[in-house]
Amino acid sequence: MIADLLIGLTRFLVGGHPRWRGCLPEARQRIYFANHSSHLDTIILWAALPKPLRRTTHPVAARDYWGASALRRFVAVKILNAVLIDRSGVDDPLAPLRAALDQGHSLILFPEGTRQAAPLPAPFKSGLYNLARAYPEAELVPVYLTNLARAYPKGAILPAPLTCIVNFGAAISHADGCKDEFLANARAAVCALAEG
Amino acid sequence: MNATMLTLFGGVFALLLLASGVGFILARRVTSDAGRATVANLNARIKAWWLMVGLFCVAFLVGKTVTILLFALASFYCLREFLSITPTRPEDHRAVAAAFYLFIPLQYWLIATNWQGLFAILIPVWAFLLLPVLAVLKGETQDFLPRTAPIQWALMLTVYCISHAPALLLLQIPGYEGRNFLLLFFLITVVQLSDVLQYVFGKLFGRHPVAPRVSPSKTWEGLIGGALSATAIGAGLWWITPFTPVQAAALALAIVLAGFCGGLVLSAVKRSLGAKDWGTMIEGHGGALDRMDSVSFAAPVFFHLTNYFFAVL
Repeated sequence: MIADLLIGLTRFLVGGHPRWRGCLPEARQRIYFANHSSHLDTIILWAALPKPLRRTTHPVAARDYWGASALRRFVAVKILNAVLIDRSGVDDPLAPLRAALDQGHSLILFPEGTRQAAPLPAPFKSGLYNLARAYPEAELVPVYLTNLARAYPKGAILPAPLTCIVNFGAAISHADGCKDEFLANARAAVCALAEG
Repeated sequence: MNATMLTLFGGVFALLLLASGVGFILARRVTSDAGRATVANLNARIKAWWLMVGLFCVAFLVGKTVTILLFALASFYCLREFLSITPTRPEDHRAVAAAFYLFIPLQYWLIATNWQGLFAILIPVWAFLLLPVLAVLKGETQDFLPRTAPIQWALMLTVYCISHAPALLLLQIPGYEGRNFLLLFFLITVVQLSDVLQYVFGKLFGRHPVAPRVSPSKTWEGLIGGALSATAIGAGLWWITPFTPVQAAALALAIVLAGFCGGLVLSAVKRSLGAKDWGTMIEGHGGALDRMDSVSFAAPVFFHLTNYFFAVL
């Protein structure tokens, strides 16, 4: 019920309706990767999925933000079904992600690693490449979130109620080619959704 | 007053029943694909009209506060549609947030508390000056004017202008005390029927577009047919207003022409922002602002004409 309330409030404020442009909401293992511009991204993208898919889809969230207080941790872990990762990079940061994928579950990943103010994403970090190599059966679905950088930029207290749309693109091919090439392709697939 | 109100809404619901009947028959008769699409859109519009009229009916019957809240909500959705497709930057967040969280509640609160003096200047003076200040504090000068001006435009049109409709409840017209709801009914009925009739005349007889690049669906035939019939309907409603039949006709014509200009101007704004519809909120119509564009121009014009010629301060 708290989840419905949170989703309802988010919908009223920033919309966040899905547009399935290159694929359909199917119950198969996927790694959704999206541009990252606000703390609402995690909620918006997760809420854009149909309810049955949410149960097996885990947003990847930074422990230093979402684990910082009991409330945030509750929202992230109990409601959004998130897996928290360490950005400090002491241990293997991808271990909790592998654990989720090993169960056959899906992930929501923001491969820039940090929030970006510009409309187009910054270069991607290598986590997506490593996961794509290790899980060739998982579909890699690019996602572009519109308007969130304007609705809730870094440092803002309240989100402004601008309508956001969650664009789901066609799955990209797996890591054939070198790491940099793969990451550039993945980023281009997200950028391509920014138009139209 | 409630008896009059029930009669009026009874009339509107009868009209909607008729429209639904016509839509039903058309849907069975139409054969071509293009015709089917037009009729499907027509029926979606009629269905949405039922909902909108129902909302207004409830708000009017419950009273002033709920009516003001309804218009505040309409302003909220219109402002959101406008700013969602406006290319502001993250640096404008404070100005955008102030427009939503400060000026919408404040403007409608001023109507609720009958503060007409501040109501008239809050957005043209205070918001006009404050919004660029909030933006400039972030220090980003690139595209400063092209970023700031549309926020001011959006707030003026979707909040200030639209709020003149419920502000009709503030006017003190001698001999008309306690009946101001009927003025609001007069405005909304004339402006929306004008839109509908322009659409109907345009579909039936439309040949010559008024401004093909701005709005290909607006034709001279639609404008003239819609304007004349909506003016006639306004004149026929003189008995619910403080006006004589001739005055009612003149004011209805002013509403109709202002509404037409509103539709045209906002269509140009929308196109310059690269969109065809303002949104997808109301099925068949597009966004909320596609429905309120004519109100945003007609409401202030009707408010000030009535205020100047009929009200006392």
